[in-house]
Amino acid sequence: MIPEIGHFALILALLLALVQASLPLVGSFIGNRLWMASARPLAYGQALFLTIAFAALVQVFLADDFSVIYAASNSNSLLPPVYKVSAVWGAHEGSLLLWALFLGLWAAAVAAFSRALPLAMVARTLAVLGMVSIGFLLFMLLTSNPFERLFPVPPDGRDLNPLLQDPGLAIHPPMLYMGYVGFSVAFALAIAALIGGKLDAAWARWSRPWTTIAWTFLTIGIVLGSWWAYYELGWGGWWFWDPVENASLMPWIVGTALLHSLAVTEKRGAFKSWTVLLALSAFSLSLLGTFLVRSGVLTSVHAFATDPTRGVFILAFLGVVIGGSLALYAWRAPAVSGGGRFTLVSRESFLLANNLLLVLLTLLVLLGTLAPLIYEAMSWGKISVGFPWFNKMFLGVTPFVALALGVGVLARWKQDEPARLARQLALAAALSAAVLLVSFWPPFSHGALWVPVGLALAAWVLFSHLTSLYERLRHKTRLGGGLLADLTGHSRSYYGMLIAHLGVAVFIVGLTMLSNFQIEKDLRMAPGDRTEVAGYQFLFEGSGPVKGPNYDAQRGRVLVFDGDRQVAVLTPEKRTYLASSQTMTEAAIDAGLLRDVYVSLGEPLAGGAWSLRIYYKPYVRWIWLGGLLMAIGGVLAVTDRRYRTATQAASVPSAGAVAKA
Amino acid sequence: MRPRTKRLLFVGLAIGGVGVAATLAITALQSNISYFFSPSQVIAAEAPTDRVFRIGGMVEEGSIARQPDGLTVLFSVTDNAERVQVSYTGILPDLFGADQGVVARGRLGQDGVFYAEEVLAKHDESYMPPEVAATLKTAQTDTPTTAVATQ
Repeated sequence: MIPEIGHFALILALLLALVQASLPLVGSFIGNRLWMASARPLAYGQALFLTIAFAALVQVFLADDFSVIYAASNSNSLLPPVYKVSAVWGAHEGSLLLWALFLGLWAAAVAAFSRALPLAMVARTLAVLGMVSIGFLLFMLLTSNPFERLFPVPPDGRDLNPLLQDPGLAIHPPMLYMGYVGFSVAFALAIAALIGGKLDAAWARWSRPWTTIAWTFLTIGIVLGSWWAYYELGWGGWWFWDPVENASLMPWIVGTALLHSLAVTEKRGAFKSWTVLLALSAFSLSLLGTFLVRSGVLTSVHAFATDPTRGVFILAFLGVVIGGSLALYAWRAPAVSGGGRFTLVSRESFLLANNLLLVLLTLLVLLGTLAPLIYEAMSWGKISVGFPWFNKMFLGVTPFVALALGVGVLARWKQDEPARLARQLALAAALSAAVLLVSFWPPFSHGALWVPVGLALAAWVLFSHLTSLYERLRHKTRLGGGLLADLTGHSRSYYGMLIAHLGVAVFIVGLTMLSNFQIEKDLRMAPGDRTEVAGYQFLFEGSGPVKGPNYDAQRGRVLVFDGDRQVAVLTPEKRTYLASSQTMTEAAIDAGLLRDVYVSLGEPLAGGAWSLRIYYKPYVRWIWLGGLLMAIGGVLAVTDRRYRTATQAASVPSAGAVAKA
Repeated sequence: MRPRTKRLLFVGLAIGGVGVAATLAITALQSNISYFFSPSQVIAAEAPTDRVFRIGGMVEEGSIARQPDGLTVLFSVTDNAERVQVSYTGILPDLFGADQGVVARGRLGQDGVFYAEEVLAKHDESYMPPEVAATLKTAQTDTPTTAVATQ
């Protein structure tokens, strides 16, 4: 009964989506206010039915109803309840439902928080969100119905993949999807603005908080995913340039570019068509990513062959979304372009430079991700692109991003004096040069050129932002305000920017130190054996059996000494899950701000010995810390007072929009 | 300079930059890709001996032999027609085992043994690496999520 309710709710949501996508849109053209006003209740209704459908699926999992195929293949009666819930989005069908639910909730949020927006704009935005929703719900109902029944009913489920039975992974996909789907709002707003032919500062101001929220979720999602991969996959890597990861990185990079471009459009009225293009791209890449990953097209062209309906549907949907939005863009963008002028030395220039670099990086990642598909399609052979290539591309582009970032934060809008700018940057430049020279010192850098370069870039970002803060406070104090007044006032978004950019510096330090100084050692150890890695002594005491709720495990014991002092007892496990008889490595990590010590069990060998992985990971936490700082920056930026107070100004075109070229 | 000239200059620079970047990227790509070969193709000497490639198939039942150092493992990969010996030093992925699909990346030695630098594993028991599936022409792909175990 419950699955049928869920299924029925999905169908009702689809019907509402069909109305939501058409009626308000038509209303906005013929000026029928009632039709336009129907968008809001329709969005609420859709969100309600999607919530019912999702709740039904959760109930199916909690009640161990294995007559539903999806539950039977992804859950098990022994699974702890928390993971029964997270198993709902553990595979294709359920994650689509989660996606559709988030889409419905975002649309409802737009409906609820859009009082300041003209009705026609709201109607069009919600109509576009309705169209996206139609695509997803049709896809789900036609090819990937999570409520499909199974007969005969199996006695128990096949279990959730043990790798996914982890708190980090339970919350990682929802964060990621909130981000992906969040970009649909920026997308819908851009389309609505294109339809209306009015891309003004109000549109940009309106898009900014939504984009920032989505970007923040995506940032958290990526950080969680990276952290999960590090401790759960058992070989201590934090980024693998796997298609699945690239699929989340591409919308993130474009989203980052979009955030900055929106700032320019709002403040200066410039970059309008560019901003729109980024808004369209960010969501298109989100779609491309999810669909390609979920359909298995990226890791395999053969997924098309195994399930042609899914593949064809995906291609058609992508074609409609990307093709349709680009066509609309090509048609309308020339009419709405133009805006604030700026000179070569101005904040706009540096923001634009970074925008271009970020887009270039996205294109490179896209190329590397799709290369196997292209080669296969052209019959050039079956290939895979090694991660050294991605690393090279990343390192070829990002240093310039960091350089421009330092200049851009101090440059003035519209026009700046090169001499003034140079004067302000002199101190940061001198300090970075000092860092460069000191860290070049061979006993420290071991001759690795990236060490001084990376640290100097981090220093450059840090010191140029400190200079910016100093200048700002000096100015403010002169006007009579203190740091505290500044923080609580209108400038929270400034501090958000500062913290997010500090996150960039922290990330660079982590990346540099980790990739140049990490030590990874695979070795065989018998009970009582000692070994030394990075100055730490490791004593393997042997292993013994342990029982978990739904697995049996061998637990090893490794004592870690720094000199004579014992710093950690590590207990890595090798688990065998009862339902699937799948084995899994559970690494043991002694985490620290400056270094992680990481031990994982390989395979049991004769005489109680094990093959062991012992890793020394310096500054690895800084990589995620950097990401978290970026997310905190995002939160600060959206809680800026001008978003909290419902602005009347939003409906009044600002000066930037009036100054059309 | 007039704004129009300036804009054209800027667009020109951007296009030039993207062109240079694309050329560099594609050149680098060509030296970083690894092709896939089945055991039959390796035996037929279709695979290169001077560069890294990937080989895939099923791990043959009873072929897994651990060497005395405890870390080096020898096993045979088969596509049900031919077999190639693979040597790997390091810790194998959790789901590595007899009669399981596997993809290894490395070089072919003079002795005909494939020396793997990494063994591609899967996150999911029911998942078969697509290349292997194609080689065997039997298995089905399902929820693919691959991982790479680097030594």
